[in-house]
Amino acid sequence: MKGYAGKYLKVNLSNHGLMTETIDEGMATGYIGGLGFGARTLLDTIPKGTDAPSPENVLAWWTGPVSGTILPTGSKFGVFALSPLTGAFGFGICSGGFANELKSAGWDGVVLTGKSDKPTYLFVNDGAPELRDASRYWGMTTWQTEDAIKEDLGDSAIRVAAMGPAGERLVRLANITTDRNRQVGRSGMGAVMGSKNLKAVAVRGTGDVEVGDLDGLMKFSTELNERCQGPKTEKYRVYGTPANILVHNRLACLPSYNFQKGSFERAEDVSGEQMSKTHVKKILACTNCPVGCDHVNEVKDGPYAGTVASVDYESLGQLGPLCGVGDLNAITKAVEVCDELGVDTISAGVIVAWAMECVQRGLLTKDDTDGIDLRFGNGDAMVEALKRMSLKEGKLGNLLSEGVKRASERVGKGSDKFAIHCKGMEWAAYSMRSLQTSTLGFCTSIRGADYLRSGSYQVDVAGKVDRLKLDASRGKIVYEGENQYAIIDSLIICKFTRGVYSSMDEIAKAYTLVTGLEMSGQELVKAGERIYNVAKCFNVRFGLTRKDDYPPPRAFEEPMTDDVAKGAQIDRRQYDEALDSYYGGRGWTKDGIPTKAKLLELGLKREADEVGA
Amino acid sequence: MALSEQKTRRIIVCDTDKCNGCQICEFVCSVVKEKTTNHKKSRIRATRIEPFFNIAIACRKCEKPTCERACPRDAIRVLPDGSIQIDKDKCNGCGWCIESCEFGALRLRFDGGTAFTCDFCADLGEPQCVKYCPKKALRYITLEEAAKESVKDVLLSIVDKGGK
Repeated sequence: MKGYAGKYLKVNLSNHGLMTETIDEGMATGYIGGLGFGARTLLDTIPKGTDAPSPENVLAWWTGPVSGTILPTGSKFGVFALSPLTGAFGFGICSGGFANELKSAGWDGVVLTGKSDKPTYLFVNDGAPELRDASRYWGMTTWQTEDAIKEDLGDSAIRVAAMGPAGERLVRLANITTDRNRQVGRSGMGAVMGSKNLKAVAVRGTGDVEVGDLDGLMKFSTELNERCQGPKTEKYRVYGTPANILVHNRLACLPSYNFQKGSFERAEDVSGEQMSKTHVKKILACTNCPVGCDHVNEVKDGPYAGTVASVDYESLGQLGPLCGVGDLNAITKAVEVCDELGVDTISAGVIVAWAMECVQRGLLTKDDTDGIDLRFGNGDAMVEALKRMSLKEGKLGNLLSEGVKRASERVGKGSDKFAIHCKGMEWAAYSMRSLQTSTLGFCTSIRGADYLRSGSYQVDVAGKVDRLKLDASRGKIVYEGENQYAIIDSLIICKFTRGVYSSMDEIAKAYTLVTGLEMSGQELVKAGERIYNVAKCFNVRFGLTRKDDYPPPRAFEEPMTDDVAKGAQIDRRQYDEALDSYYGGRGWTKDGIPTKAKLLELGLKREADEVGA
Repeated sequence: MALSEQKTRRIIVCDTDKCNGCQICEFVCSVVKEKTTNHKKSRIRATRIEPFFNIAIACRKCEKPTCERACPRDAIRVLPDGSIQIDKDKCNGCGWCIESCEFGALRLRFDGGTAFTCDFCADLGEPQCVKYCPKKALRYITLEEAAKESVKDVLLSIVDKGGK
């Protein structure tokens, strides 16, 4: 088989043991790569009862078959582990040159276990990987670490993925950064690195990546590149994802003030249109991407002058409207703080917004916030809170670093009612009550409140369904989206190119051109279903059931006040009906457990025995 | 090089405002010239200086090529159009040409150890990296043309600001 390297590196950080393992064709066609390999690794290697920040947790890095080839947006990788934030299936998918480099070095992935007794980093130097001392980099920010390792290794073409000071301190929302602006953002993969004393993974790859049909792949990639200059990706190219701000604001589905509202009075000030005029200095592309959506801001004046950060819709939404902040300078600074210290901007924004609501309701005092005036709209206070959270400084920093679920449990006093998360992972920038198919998808997602697992917000935003209601038709929309996205995340390609492929058959064609292995769209969808079920089995092993697939109380108990969605809230009976339709369509029980019959149909016998109902 | 040749000497010019660092030029080059996907075998080199600056550089067809002068084995010949030809049999991979080039436009093969550089896809009529650049940041033009375009850009920016 081509495309794949056919082998991965196994590293035991406890005894510095390095081993090579192979990947066979059954694994390749059954699980594709990326998310599929990650799901397989976690289920096969992490036993029930494991703690996320423990040596027994496994940290798996997987590329996909298309990484390292010329297929547009193919340079992506995923990092997988039991999440310290959710105690369930954790991962993040990331772009940048890292994936190409790893494949060129001759590896499909790296699976790390154990814990190093001192700060270390893994240097995958083509076929000669080694663990090296990372004491010198401990304490450095993500950006400093990247630069320092490249300098010390004397090769600026090396790609480095590093955690920041937040990961070192086991902040539960800590992330991993590579190529400065690209993150393995969600569910705390940086904290898993921290718990293993692993500061970074650096890669140098110089080898060829062989593909099944080079001429065919070149021809198809050329066509895709041309399509990527067309209408399907125009939004990403022009204003980038921040174009969503005004669209969502008009539909009252732009969360503001910690999801109390679905619109923001200063939306114009933080819109993609405004940002392009006053802050965007350059639009960059990830490695091998013909779209180019990365809008990099520069702050020109005020106390944050000189700040440079890549600002996308999710960061903008959660560190802007969600915290009531309408100042692009402060938002850009906030993103920079998160990126450098190494925390996920989405989770970070939701946690700070929750704290602001606590202050609004008198549940946190000035003493609790270490003197910070954490009112909605105070951008400077937000920036300061983010720093303290990322560094676990003071009372406030320590509280927030636990994530919104644990923080609200600690504060109590009903603050859990407005801790906006699912399974412990903070909600992304999509309103819960005015995008209800989206909400169902956020809650069935295996990693917690997540817009990236099914894209079910799309039918709501496009007006294909009544977004202010739920019914039994929504389950199918969500699980079909999940199966399709599972494939995109396994290949791995960018979701922003999903529209440029005409069908799953075309995606299967790309797979075959790269690997030389026969594949149809239908088989891919089946693989997507298998992958999703394997990930679900992992969550069942860790005790997750139906109760974990619900949005927070605010979604059910507080009607919206925004004009265009006045009175909108989720009807619990409707939600149950929609969730039932999802489980039913999936072949799972009403408690959200995959049935033995479904698992056997997917060829998952061991899983059927272990968790099947 | 004669003056008449200078006028028609075309090089790959990169618009650094448009170049976004995607490296697709490198991938295309490796596919076209090396029949593989390995951007480290590309003749054009995309470089990013964080956080904003991006450029892709290939051979500049220098008037007095330092690489030619640096080669101790007389392996480098300058063709009439200004491009560089490296005699694989004479080259022993010492790398002086690479060190001497201010543009990083030569590379050494990982396997075999000889130097190589851009031939502007002479056999295909135009450099394929230029053809495939998704943002049209690369152009294959004469320096005269490049200079004219620069002047035009400056004038347009003045007009944009309300100048006459």
